[in-house]
Order: sequence, then C-alpha cells, then structure tokens
Amino acid sequence: MATLTQTVPKKATFSDRLIAVLDRVKTPVFYAILIGWAILCIAPLYFTLVFSLKPVANVYDPPLFWPIPFSLENFRDVIGALPLFPRWLLNSTIISVVVTLARVLFCAMAGYAFARMEFPLKKFLFTALLISMMIPGQVTLIPNFLVVGPGIIRGGLKIGDWTIPTGFGLMDNLGGVILPGIVAAFGIFMMTQFYKSIPKELEEAAMIDGLGRFGIFFRIVLPISTTQLLTLALLTFQGEWNSFMWPLTILRTPENFTLPIGLNWFRGEYYTLISKVLAGSLFNTLPILIIFFIFQRYFTQSIAGTGLKEG
Amino acid sequence: MAQTVSTRPAGLFRRVSNPEKRKKRSEALTAYIFLLPYLFIFLTFTVFSIGYAFYLSFTRYNLLRPPEWWGLEGYRRVLCLEALLPRGEDAPPLACDDLFIKKALPNTVKYTLIVVPTQTVLSLILAFAMDQKLRFRRLFRTIYYLPSVTSSVVISLIFVWLFSPLGIVNQLFNLNINWLNDPRYAFYTIMILNVFTTSGTLMLIFLAGLQDIPTAIYEAASIDGANKFQVLRYITIPMLRPVVFFVVTVGLIGCFQVFDQIYVMTSGGPLDSTTTVAYLIYKWAFRDTTVKMGQAAALSFILALIILVFTLIQRRIIEGSGSVGSA
Repeated sequence: MATLTQTVPKKATFSDRLIAVLDRVKTPVFYAILIGWAILCIAPLYFTLVFSLKPVANVYDPPLFWPIPFSLENFRDVIGALPLFPRWLLNSTIISVVVTLARVLFCAMAGYAFARMEFPLKKFLFTALLISMMIPGQVTLIPNFLVVGPGIIRGGLKIGDWTIPTGFGLMDNLGGVILPGIVAAFGIFMMTQFYKSIPKELEEAAMIDGLGRFGIFFRIVLPISTTQLLTLALLTFQGEWNSFMWPLTILRTPENFTLPIGLNWFRGEYYTLISKVLAGSLFNTLPILIIFFIFQRYFTQSIAGTGLKEG
Repeated sequence: MAQTVSTRPAGLFRRVSNPEKRKKRSEALTAYIFLLPYLFIFLTFTVFSIGYAFYLSFTRYNLLRPPEWWGLEGYRRVLCLEALLPRGEDAPPLACDDLFIKKALPNTVKYTLIVVPTQTVLSLILAFAMDQKLRFRRLFRTIYYLPSVTSSVVISLIFVWLFSPLGIVNQLFNLNINWLNDPRYAFYTIMILNVFTTSGTLMLIFLAGLQDIPTAIYEAASIDGANKFQVLRYITIPMLRPVVFFVVTVGLIGCFQVFDQIYVMTSGGPLDSTTTVAYLIYKWAFRDTTVKMGQAAALSFILALIILVFTLIQRRIIEGSGSVGSA
C-alpha cells in the first residue's frame, strides 16, 4: 500500500511546501529557544555569584559580568563575622534532617499498612487521606499555629484544679516547625502506590520463615523500597530546606530563624548590606544544588511521574 | 498458658479463640500501630484544624480575648455582602473590609490570567524543543530545573536585587524604573519571577507526556500519509490534552496560593497593588496591628472553595477526555 502511493507523483500543496521550509529552519530555531531559556535560567544565579564576589566598596562598579576586583570578603563575613548566619544554617539543617527522617519512616509505615494490611475503616481512612491532599495550607495555618503555639484556649482548659494545656507550647521553637511535618499525605500516597506494586510472594516467604509484620517491614519491605524512600527523602528535604510560610509563623527571635527566614529578616534590618544577603543566599542554594546534581534522576522522575499519574 | 485462655469467661476474649479471627484482630492492631504517627498528626493538624478553622470563621478573634461568635459577619465583611443574610433593623451599618473584593481577588485573577497561559505555552514550547533529538538535552534539562530547586525566598531576594533601581536589569537595558516600588510594575515583576521559576518543572511534565505518546501511533499516521501538521493536529495535541489540563490546574492552584514571593518582594505593596488572596489571609491573621483571625479563617475557606472548584473542573475534563480517547 505504502509503496503504491509513493510511486504516484503528487502535486506539492501549500502545506507541503511550508513543512519543507519549517523542516529546514526547525533545528536552529529549537536550538535558539533552548539556549535562550538556558541563559535566562542561569543569569540570575550567575549575576548573584559575581556580585557577591566583589568587594563591598566596588559592588556597583563595572564590569557587570566578571568579579573584578575579586574578593571573598562577603563570604568571609557571612561565615565568620555574622554569628547569626551559622546559627540559621544549623537550624535549617536540624529541621530539614529531622523532618526528612521522620517523614520517610512514618510515610513508609502508613503506606505499607494501607497497601498490604486489612483493618477496619481502611477505605474511609484512605479516602480521607486523598481528600486532605486537596486542602490548601492556608485553611489549617491559623489553627495549626494555635495548636503548636499559644494553644486553643489561652492559659489552658481549666477543669476544677486541673489545667489541661490546649497547645504544644512550641512557639518560637524548632520543634514547632518540625511537628506537623513529620508525616505528609502525599508521601503516604506515594508509598502506598509503590507497595501495592511489589509482589506478595516476598512477604509470604518471609512469613513462612516466621517473621512477624514488623520484621517483614523492617528487614524486607524497607530495603527493597530504597528508591522510593530516597525520592521521598529528597523531595521532603528540598521542601523543608526552602520552606517559608510555616517557620515564618512559628519562629520569632533571630537566633531561632531558619536560613530563608533569617535572610529575609537580615535584608530588612540591614538593607545596605545586600551583597552579604546574596552571599548568604548562595549558602542556602548550594546544598540543594549539590543534592540535585547527585540525585537528579530521582527529582526529574518524580515530577514526570506526577504528570502521568494524574494526567 | 493455652489453658488459661480457653478457660477465660465469655465476652471479648472468647471470640478470639477462633484462630482465624484472632489473626485478623492482631493484624488490625498491627496496622493501627503502623498508622499511629500518621493518625496522630492527621487528627491534630488536619481534622481538628479544619473543624476549628471552620468554627473560627464564624467568630471575631483577636488572640487577646476568646473567640466571640458573630455568625456570618466575617464572611459578610470579607465579601462586602449586605445580602448574605438578612440583618436586623437595628443592626449597625455594615463594616466592610473591601481589601479582598477590591484588591486581593482582582489582583489574584489578573495574576492567574497572565501567569498561567504564559507558563503553560512557554513550557510546552520548551518541551517540544526538548523532545527533538537534539544534542545536550540532559544539560538543558538540568539547567531548566535550577530555578525550581532554588528556594522561593532566595530567588525572590535575588529578583529584588536584580530589579532594584541600581540593579542589573536597569543597567543592562539602560532603564530607570523602580520596579518593585511602582504600582504599575511591581506585580509584573512578581509575575516574571513566577513564570521563571515554574516553567522548568512544567516543561518536565509536558516532556513526560510527549514521550508517553506511543510511537506506534506516529508510525501508523505516517503510513496513512498524514503530514506533520495533521500529526500535530490529530495526534499530538489530543493525546497531550490531559497533561495540558493537569498543568493548567496545577498552575491555577499555585497562582491562587502564591505567598512567599509576595511577602519577600513587596509585602503586598505598593498601594496594595500586589496583595493576593493567600497573602491577605496571612496579613489579616498575623501582620495587621489588629489581628483578625476569624475574618482570615473565613477568607481561607473562600480560597479553599475556589481551589476545590478548579480541582473538580479538572477532574471532570480529564475524565471526559479520557473516555473520548478510549472510545
């Protein structure tokens, strides 16, 4: 069939000619688009780097594109002269690491239960989980702030001589930032989907060998899901490291700030020291960039996955 | 041991003497132990919080005194609606906080109408370009993802500096615009930032969608003699439709929740020209000198409703297109 139609000479229509023209210019045009957008993506970070590598006295002097004269003054100050910066770095690290470890473990546990175990209210709880993923964070922001911090009832609930606290009392405390983040609905959903896909035989063999549910989970299920756990850990770490609205609500004194909150606060207090703010910003960006370069595959796969799953 | 179990009195314990049922019960117990951390956080920070936020939305609450019930007054003030519920003859004149109706809602709608189409089209073009078998694709993909991994605060701080009066943008293009302090430009600067940071991620979603179209369909079309326009019109675009709706919905929801960039770059100013719905909730609850927790809670439910409508429309359209595709 195909060969037959090809032998019949066909008069070139307008659209055929247009396609021929487009075919010739296609590759250079696509390259131009890709390179142009790549330059735009790099430019802000590049200019930031150049700017923060210039001495404070000469920041606004040309050239724009190269750090001439060159100076590490800003970075030295950020690490050495401003004691708050290392503090913020430490706070951010503590919060991100604790949340990541807790969330990965708890989401894997819950995901395994939803995927593999039978228990009353299972369907109901899973539907509730799915619904909770659609609720915007602004709705729970105010009550969560009250529960974590000052409490629903100021001074606690008084019954006779007893006073029952109605909040965790974690205002201005790293624990208050960590607590609501130790489990996440999307993480449980992700782990449930994965555990549904692994073969049951593995667990059945282990069960015959006399392993209980906990033994199966920790010795068999967790080790075979390292890819998923790592993906969840990376997404969680990135989210917590960059998180802004919730720590902003909970943390009040500069010593307790995370790096993003601290940088923004510092900018407000000392707006003339913008090159130090930008040097500090690079400290916030660098760990994530390194992690991203090492584990790029996991980031891109998880994003492509969201599109396919929903789409 | 076994004897003591079997001689236990009637009731709960007798029923578990059936080994099948006992196994079931112990499994349920184990499952709930696995779920314990989740249930604790879920009940505290989702179920209780939503309920309490709903209650607060019907109260006046300034943190200093306990919440005071005032019915729909909060919603009435946010929406500036006299007609929301009939008010008594002797009711005081409506105290209306028109920041939502006059500023936040129009601003958010404008923001959405500009940002969503721009980022969708841009990321689609990038995805098409990436889908050609060009060289350095991996390098490009890495670079495009950079703005998305950078924290929103850091990228906002960088943009504040880039667009400052002495900043790079004015220097490069020889302009003299005070981008973030001029109500004519401030919002557009934030829009540029948003398109810049989200396009890379959306491009990856589109790219996955493009690569998911089976090559067999393209081969069949070329055997049938379809030209490239026809392939684009009748195969690529229809097959990509669900992904487009997904990207648009994610974009809409993201735009309605934009907060970090606004807080860092303009704090809603100048002259409320960049106040959005999500920012207004935070402002009422935490930034204003007179705290308006109840009113902020009311607005958060209005926001949730708007987002819910978007989500449901998306579901409808995707399910609809799915059945058409499979038919």
